[in-house]
Formats: sequence, C-alpha cells, structure tokens
Amino acid sequence: MLSRVANHIYWMERYLERAENTARLIQVNTHLLLDLPRDVTLGWEPIIDMLSFRDTFYENYKEADERSVIKFMVTDTANPGSIINCLAFARENARIIREIIPSEAWEHINNLHLTAKADGQSVLTRRHRFDCLNKIIVANQTITGLLGGTMLRGEGYAFLRLGRHLERADMTSRIIDVRSASLLPDLSPEHSAFENIQWMGVLKSLTAYQMYRQEMRIRINRSDVLEFLLTNEQFPRSLIHGLKQMGKCLKELPKSDEIEKQVDALADELSKLDTHELMQSRLHEVIDDIQQGLLNIHKAVNAQYF
Amino acid sequence: MAIRWGNYRTGDFYDELIRAANKPRPAAEQICKYLRNLSDKELEEYKTAASTAIHVMGITFTVYSEEEGSIDRAWPFDIIPRIIDKKEWLEVEKGLKQRVKALNMFIDDLYNEQRILEAGIVPRSLLDASKNFLPECMGVKPKNGVWAHICGSDLVRDQHGTVYVLEDNLRVPSGVSYMLENRHVMKRVFPDMFEQYNILPVDDYPSQLYDMLCQLSPRDIEQPEIVVLTPGIYNSAYFEHAYLAQQMGAELVVGSDLVVDDEDKVYMRTVDGLSRVDVIYRRIDDAFLDPEAFREDSMLGVPGLMRAWKAGNVGLANAPGAGVADDKVVYAFVPEIIKFYLDEEPLLPNVPTYKCVNKDERDYVIENIDKMVVKPANESGGYGMLIGPHSTKAEREKFVRLIRRDPRNYVAQPMLLLSTAPTIVGTKAEARHLDLRPFILSGEDIKVTTGGLTRVAMRKGSTVVNSSQGGGSKDTWIVDMEGE
Repeated sequence: MLSRVANHIYWMERYLERAENTARLIQVNTHLLLDLPRDVTLGWEPIIDMLSFRDTFYENYKEADERSVIKFMVTDTANPGSIINCLAFARENARIIREIIPSEAWEHINNLHLTAKADGQSVLTRRHRFDCLNKIIVANQTITGLLGGTMLRGEGYAFLRLGRHLERADMTSRIIDVRSASLLPDLSPEHSAFENIQWMGVLKSLTAYQMYRQEMRIRINRSDVLEFLLTNEQFPRSLIHGLKQMGKCLKELPKSDEIEKQVDALADELSKLDTHELMQSRLHEVIDDIQQGLLNIHKAVNAQYF
Repeated sequence: MAIRWGNYRTGDFYDELIRAANKPRPAAEQICKYLRNLSDKELEEYKTAASTAIHVMGITFTVYSEEEGSIDRAWPFDIIPRIIDKKEWLEVEKGLKQRVKALNMFIDDLYNEQRILEAGIVPRSLLDASKNFLPECMGVKPKNGVWAHICGSDLVRDQHGTVYVLEDNLRVPSGVSYMLENRHVMKRVFPDMFEQYNILPVDDYPSQLYDMLCQLSPRDIEQPEIVVLTPGIYNSAYFEHAYLAQQMGAELVVGSDLVVDDEDKVYMRTVDGLSRVDVIYRRIDDAFLDPEAFREDSMLGVPGLMRAWKAGNVGLANAPGAGVADDKVVYAFVPEIIKFYLDEEPLLPNVPTYKCVNKDERDYVIENIDKMVVKPANESGGYGMLIGPHSTKAEREKFVRLIRRDPRNYVAQPMLLLSTAPTIVGTKAEARHLDLRPFILSGEDIKVTTGGLTRVAMRKGSTVVNSSQGGGSKDTWIVDMEGE
C-alpha cells in the first residue's frame, strides 16, 4: 500500500473519530449543566482545555460562556479542532482516497460534512443542539459500520483502526484529566452529592455509563470509574482496550516490532495502576505519561509508514 | 408520441442517423423506430434512468474555481447513440493505424537521424520553433520505436460524408473512460436495444492498455509494477486516471509517491518501504514531469524521472517529447509524413490546412479570416482559437495581429460543416454537431478502440465539443449489418 494512501486513511478516521468525540463531549456537558445546582458554575471552559485550545479560543472570544464555546467547538472555522473543520478534513482525506474506500462510505462522509455545514448553526440553541449533535454521532457510527462491513481486511483497514483507536485513547485520556482536575474542587458538604453526578457525566461523555453499570455493578465513585475507563479491557472506549487494539492493528502491518513494543510498554504501565491509591496529583502525572506515550506512538507510526 | 422523424431537420449537414426527413440510414432504422414508439413519459424515464446511472456510477469531470474549490460535474450525456456501420469503421481503423504508425516513425526520426529534415520534406525551422520538441530526448530509442503509445485522434465528417482527421492528441489524450462508461450506462438503460443490434463491445480497452504497458517493462518479469501518475484530484481528468488505474489493477500515484535513486531506478513509497516501479502511465504534461529536467517549480513531477527513463530503467507512456507531433503545424504535414515513411497514400484525409508560416497561405488566411477557423499550434481543449463565421470584428482583428506577430504558431482551416446526429432536447430530437475521438494503442502491434468517444456540442449550432466548454457525449455503436 502506498504510504500516502495509508496516511490519508489514518487521518480520515482520526478526524471522524475526533468529530464524534467532540460532539459527545458537548452533548454531555449540556446535560450535566442542567443537573447541577444553580450556584455551582461548572462552566464551559474545561471543554476548551480538554482539547488544548485555550490560546486559540481567547484570541477570538472574550469569555468562555456557553454560546461562545459551543460556537468555537462546533461551527467556527478559525478553530482547527472544531467539528466542522474535523469533518472538512475527514472529507478532504476521503476524497483523495475515494477509489480505495467503499463508495457508499465516501458518499456518507461527503454528506455528513454537507449537512453539518448546513445545520451547524442550530447547535447554538439548547433545544436543537441534541438533534444536531446526535445526527453527527449517528452518521459517524453509520460510516464506521459501513467501513467495517465492506472494507477489505488489508493494510488499509489496519491503518483505519489504528487511527481510530489512537484518537479515541487520546480523547479518553483528555476527558479524564480535565474532568478530574476541574471537578468542583471546593465542594461544600451539601454539594458533595454532586460529585457523583459529575463522574456520571464523565462516563456518559464516553458512552460508558450503561456499560459501567453492567460491568462494575457498584455505585458510581471516582476510583471505580477510573478503573473502568483506564484498565477495563472489555470496554471499547477504555484506554487499555484502545492500546490492545492498536497492538493488533500493528501486528497486521509490516516492520511494526518496535512500535508494538512501545504500545505494549504503555499498556503494561497502565494495567499496573491501582486506581484506589491514585491521588489527584499522581493521576495527572499518569495521564501526562499516557498522552506523551500516545504522541510517541503516533510519531513512530508516522516515521515508519508515511 | 415524442419523436417525429418527419419533423427532424438535418439542414445543410450530413446527419449520422437520418438521411432525409423520415428516412433513417440503414444502420439507424431500428433505433429510430424504437424511439418513435416511445411516449413523452417513457422518454423522460429513460433520460432520468441515464442521469441516475451517471450519478450513481460517479462519472464526473472536475472543474476548478476559486470560490468553490473543486467541483465534480456530471458530463452531459445524450441517450441517442451515434451509429456507424462496421464496414465503414474498418476502413477508418485502417487509416488510423497507418497514420499513427507514420507519426511514431516521424517522432523517432526527429529524435534520432532526422532523415525527414535532411530530405527537406519538413522544414527544420518548424522543429526549432516547436514548443513540444525536447532536446533532452535526442538519441533516445524507446522500445519498438514507439513514442506515442496512446493516441487520441479527433475525426469529423463534413457535409459530403467524408471523414477527416481534425487533430492528433499525442501527449496525454483523455476521454477513454467516458467511452467505456457511456456503454455501461446504455446497457443499463436500453438493454433491449442490445438484443436487437449486433453492437461490437468496447470494454477490452483497459486490458489492452495494460498489456501494452507491460511490454514497456525494463525488467523481464511475470507481473511488472505499473502505475498511473496523476497530477491529483484537482485535475479535470482525475476521474479517468482513477478509473483506468482501478480497471487495470494498477496503483494510482502522485509525483510525491515516487522517488528516483542514485542508480536511476524508480520506486514508490509504500508502507513496506520502497518498491520498484517498472512502467508509468503518466497523465502529467512533459513540462511538469521532472523538475530536474524541465520546470523547476513543478510540484507534480518526480525529480530524476528523465534520468531513469533515458537509462532504460522505467517505461514511460507516452514518451516525453512525443508531443512534438501533436502540433497543429506538424499536422499540416502528416500526408507528406505518411508518404515519406510508409510510401503509401494516406487513407484518411487531413482537413485542408493553411500554414501561416508560408507567406502566400498567411495572406490568404488573413484575407478570408471570417470564413476560417484559426488555431494556435500548441493549445488544446478548444482554448485560444477563432471561429471566423461566429466571431466579432474585434476578435478577428485581434487574431490578424496575433498571426502577424507569430505566424509559425498559427494554422487555419476552412470552416467545416460538421456532421450532426439527433440529440434529445426536452422531449424532441434536434440535430447537434459532433465529432469522434478513437484511441489508438501502439506497442508491438497497433490496436484501435471500437469506435471511440463521440462528443456533442449541446448548444444549437455550436461546433465546440470540449467538455470544458459545454460539450456532452453519446455512446458510439459500431454495428455489424452483415446479413441484416
């Protein structure tokens, strides 16, 4: 397979995954705000921090209020990570490899971008937001299904999944990091009940709530949520699952020994964690290590294949 | 009842299907009868079916605009086929083979012994002023002496029914994918017509192209690595590049995918490292092919490609420099070229062509410019030409100035009355002008497509058939009428 083609497949999927994850994140934050007491202002700023866009945001907006953040994250073309831009990049990548991916998948990706461009503005009002973001999530799931159902199980599909899992692991780690840090640090006793609501929010932004219930069968609490999201191999959006999947993809690719070792090492480190002993400051370090590890894997893939 | 052939007017032109009011040519009798029996509604349904098929099959060409970026447009397609009797076609085919054979000998001669210049048949000055002559190619001897492996020659028919060659495209002729796809569309839409007619198939082309490209491989191996080199997704013919690569099972590459090493061998960058490339079907113009040899600013080409080709380490189709014979001034000499190399009379006539480089002919052209079609030597796609009878006074004056300034760059032809064929306009059939572009493959032997791509000027009275200028296309049927 041509390196250029592999690169386009990899990035097409990363951008699709990123758009979906961002949509989920906004969806959940909107709901979470409705559940919190009025005097607790959780706000929208953490969303920007999660995706490391603080500087870009404040260059363009004065205040991190709901409308500005949503606009910035969904429809603003000045933000390289906005959903509309992710979808445009995904489409551009897909267009170049239009002959490689199944043609229905191309049509859906093209459509998804066109619809998001046309309907994007409706996301600014809470009433239409759910539908708008949900459409993006469902369309992306459809594309994932189409690709999975029709693509040849060759190197191309391995690069596709590699991109997806790397992007997903990256997003999961960001969500855990920012949410756990900004998680209402100075809760007064009467507000402590809301801590669990927030952890529920974390689970929900990763569509993990229901699966957490089925798997863990316990009340929602910090250390169990962390365990589930970091080290549960059964859950498809956990970090460890992502790493294991990346390892599998790499096995299907030529000359992947060195990168596989990197992935395995990161997975090892992760599975040794005892989340019940994990203090906030240490958690932050761990997440930093993971993020650095993911970045190094991306760099290694880039150097080896593209 | 939608189409009444009694109302169909052919005017002063030769019509490909209709001899006179209500009198179809023998090969067109059945289709005319078939169309006559369709109701307006049925005709609409067929049209919709055709455009749906085109949409679903993703047959497009790309137009680039500043505001909207690139847009894929469906190319207008007319559902009435253009029909040619096989007996007539075989004669045309012979003429094309003769012509392309001579043209390849001519190119090979120009880059080697230059016998034709020595003999004074073609003036040396013509070569000196040619934009497409590449001195870098002197002394190169490609396999089988073939430079233009793929040639697209445009044929037209005048009011008397004579078929002429209008021009030869020896650089990177395009359109063959539309020829193939038009047939697929017609099979979907009119399966019953294919039962009634004995229509010769066209879909052998991709495998013939593949076989011809394999012959160019420098390595004697079972499966040489063949790639199609495209300028990329913004090129108007990108659909065709991707289509042909797909049909041949070849990789579709852009310049940055390829690399030439110190030993002058060509490789492509794959996820498994560098992988040797044997033959490149390039769809990039000479000037952009290799920034080391030609335009330094080319981002589309491959540095070192010329080195590799000259060293015989990679096959290139078409060979660089083949365009020297794809020049409207050289065109005027083709009858002499055929006689010189093959000692034969041309089987297919040229359109009478005035070379502005000769003073007498130039004066004649300027005097009669309102009756002439003036063409620059090295443009394609219908750009930069003057159609005398349809021009304004200011345009004619501008062309007189252009011709005087650079006479070598212009030739002129009398305005031909191009033939027509019935074309659906609304729910009626009206006469529209058309041409025909067959594709000729030259390797160890010469093969011609069955028919070719029929291009139609969709606007009434227009004779410009280029897709970039509002042309459309039709399926071309070569039908065997023996025993009918």
